Amino acid sequence: MKQQYVYGLAALLAIVGLSVFVYKWQVLDFPLTKNQETPVYTIESSIRFDSGPGSIKVNLLIPTLTPGFRMLNENSVSRGYGFSLNYGSGGREAQWTIRRADGSQTIYYRISVYEDEGIDQSDTTPPFPPPPVINEPFKTAVDVIVADVKEQSADTASFTAELIRRMTDASPDPNVALLLSNATTRAELVDSITTILASARIPARMVHGIELQGRQRNTEPVTWLEVHDGDQWRYFNPMTGEESLPERFLIWWRGNEPLISVEGGSNVQVEFAVQENHLDAVAIAETQAAQQGARAIDFSLYSLPIQTQAVYSVLLMIPIGALIMVILRNIVGIDAFGTFMPVLIALAFRETKLLWGVILFSVLVALGLSIRFLLEKLRLLLVPRLSAVLIVVVILMLLISLMSHRLGMETGLSVALFPMVIIAMTIERMSVVWEERGPVDAMRAGAGSLLVAITAYVFMGLPWLEHLIFTFPELLLVILSLVLLAGRYTGYRLLELSRFKALTGQ
Amino acid sequence: MMFARAQRLREAGVLGLNERNTNFIMRLNPRRLYPRVDDKVITKELALEAGMAVPELYGVISNQGEVKEFSDIVAERESFVVKPAQGSGGDGILVVTGRSQRKRDSFRLASGVLISKGEISHHISNIVGGQYSLSGNRDKALIEYCVNFDPVFAEVSHQGVPDIRVIVYRGYPAMAMVRLPTRASDGKANLHQGAVGAGVDMSLGETLTGVLGNELVDEHPDTGALVAGLQIPQWDFILETAARGFEVTELGYLGVDMVIDRDLGPMILEMNARPGLNIQIANGTGLAHRIARIEEVFDPDALPEERARLARREFATNRQTSIQFDR
Repeated sequence: MKQQYVYGLAALLAIVGLSVFVYKWQVLDFPLTKNQETPVYTIESSIRFDSGPGSIKVNLLIPTLTPGFRMLNENSVSRGYGFSLNYGSGGREAQWTIRRADGSQTIYYRISVYEDEGIDQSDTTPPFPPPPVINEPFKTAVDVIVADVKEQSADTASFTAELIRRMTDASPDPNVALLLSNATTRAELVDSITTILASARIPARMVHGIELQGRQRNTEPVTWLEVHDGDQWRYFNPMTGEESLPERFLIWWRGNEPLISVEGGSNVQVEFAVQENHLDAVAIAETQAAQQGARAIDFSLYSLPIQTQAVYSVLLMIPIGALIMVILRNIVGIDAFGTFMPVLIALAFRETKLLWGVILFSVLVALGLSIRFLLEKLRLLLVPRLSAVLIVVVILMLLISLMSHRLGMETGLSVALFPMVIIAMTIERMSVVWEERGPVDAMRAGAGSLLVAITAYVFMGLPWLEHLIFTFPELLLVILSLVLLAGRYTGYRLLELSRFKALTGQ
Repeated sequence: MMFARAQRLREAGVLGLNERNTNFIMRLNPRRLYPRVDDKVITKELALEAGMAVPELYGVISNQGEVKEFSDIVAERESFVVKPAQGSGGDGILVVTGRSQRKRDSFRLASGVLISKGEISHHISNIVGGQYSLSGNRDKALIEYCVNFDPVFAEVSHQGVPDIRVIVYRGYPAMAMVRLPTRASDGKANLHQGAVGAGVDMSLGETLTGVLGNELVDEHPDTGALVAGLQIPQWDFILETAARGFEVTELGYLGVDMVIDRDLGPMILEMNARPGLNIQIANGTGLAHRIARIEEVFDPDALPEERARLARREFATNRQTSIQFDR
């Protein structure tokens, strides 16, 4: 009954811990390994214009749906302008307003995005567009082209490709030439194409985006053609008819509305600059989870002040040390002084580094032991004697620090990081064992403690483990469940196998 | 290889520490009963109430102020034992076997070393301060009768007092061993400290081969005398007293330590709620099978003498008695 209860509890803890872990890992994208960095692109659009005499209203179309990218954050920098975000027909619009302004004005809008394959075109399926109203003689030209292209295509994609091919032909047929007579820019070309597609009842629209290629000081939005084939949006290069989208193409706005409109200003210029940064994946996951309103994030250690974080990054490793302790003592069967003394020593080793830690620890304990034996001759009562050992330990630490400083070995200074009370207790326990059971037992238990401490140190110092526990503190529940299971382990300890060798009948 | 050995140990019924702790100590020995065995003053009182023989208690020193009463407690006695009430593993026990004839306040230890009254007082202070107690808390020091041990083990003991440890499972004696002090153990009958343990044939009360550390030995390392084949006197009485230890302590997994006094016969020295597992090595057999057998025949109403009889009947050691015909 009790056994089942322990197993049940352990299973429950493990399941809770692991499911939170998997949720944070898979859904919230917390990184499993440290220093996992994600490239983050910050796109800055700077709007420059000369202010007119009256009130000023600036409207800038900004990214709404960005397939392949997830927005990390956005902000605007402007002096004295009121700022609002609105949804217009072409998507989101940023609006800056001011009653009056003098001279030339600059407004910045910044957005940070990172690549995320998971973000798809989450747009709704558009209705079939109404046939556009086109004046003659263009209407006939359009009808002829649609009829021709339809003949030579099988579906929406091939229709679009064929149409673009004709429209961009070096020697266009007369109908195309007529339509293109007043389309000089790429945007106007795409506009004409969407009009023809609309006549063929194919939903199409212009998309304007920016190719993100590392650092770019000044870049222009590129126009692309987007066609809906009934299932999804497809992208076509309006110059070649090729169905593709440039690599890392951030769609800024859709439709044929102008990017910017400034009321009460003149000489409007918009420039785009791209900056590529590498941000810690944890920070990105956190921001993203916060945007999604995930509860798990409220309990993240990364939200604590940095100093507290530093404390916890150490404290959270203690359960690992405790687990090592449990394994070495109950499953391997190593003798050690005190229950958690080795774990605390291992913590001190983190600061002193292993070799110096072991040397300093051994020196300290050896010196302390010899002085403890001198104290024994004085026949002191227990508590005063323990206090005397403690004071001696502090003095020894001081001496070791001073000596090593004199000798120019700065590592010796870190001796001060050893938990002195623990060392004093260890010395006392060791001396009692020494007297009662002899030096062999005392040395064996001492060596056992050191061995456990070193093992715990090695595991507590694994950077990936530290990152894992710190990012996913819920894994402590898994450790707890392991410790519970070890608490009901009734098998032999490894060292018992040789202890009871005589009983194996061989 | 590791698993194969674990498997063989499992088949031999060898009990490991983890299994002992989880399946027996934690299940059968509720913590509230621990003081009955961990505090030797209480153990002694309970045993006396139950009419069992224990070494006479001369006095108890329970705080530093009383340490000076040591002389009054000891009075003119030649021999006595000082021990911590809550000690474990024989730590902190001082066996005084005599006094110097010229100087009455200098005492001779079992090892032959003379120590002064001051040193004994310091030792008692340490005990009272808790140096030897299991929890490190303040403790009491007992001063009691020093057993004149029966000469049966004289040949196989080096100073100190040999004792008999009986493991009692739910009131049924399951296994026993004789613990023989050596020079290395400093006169203490504790296997951890280097005493020799010799298994005991439960049905005959006769010693089997000894174990020193984890190794089998035939002879006592100091005296060279054969350890095996010694008949323990009053074996019936010893088993019955051990079985009675269950009624006294109510501990289901109990170690009863007894000594045989030359004049007063077997008496209970102390009892232990966490008896060690080396007894299995000394007996060359595991405890698990015997425990399983006891569970089969367990009868909550059985009297101590019936339980002792069952142990004698069930747990005879299968010794190889094949006769070698030399050509």
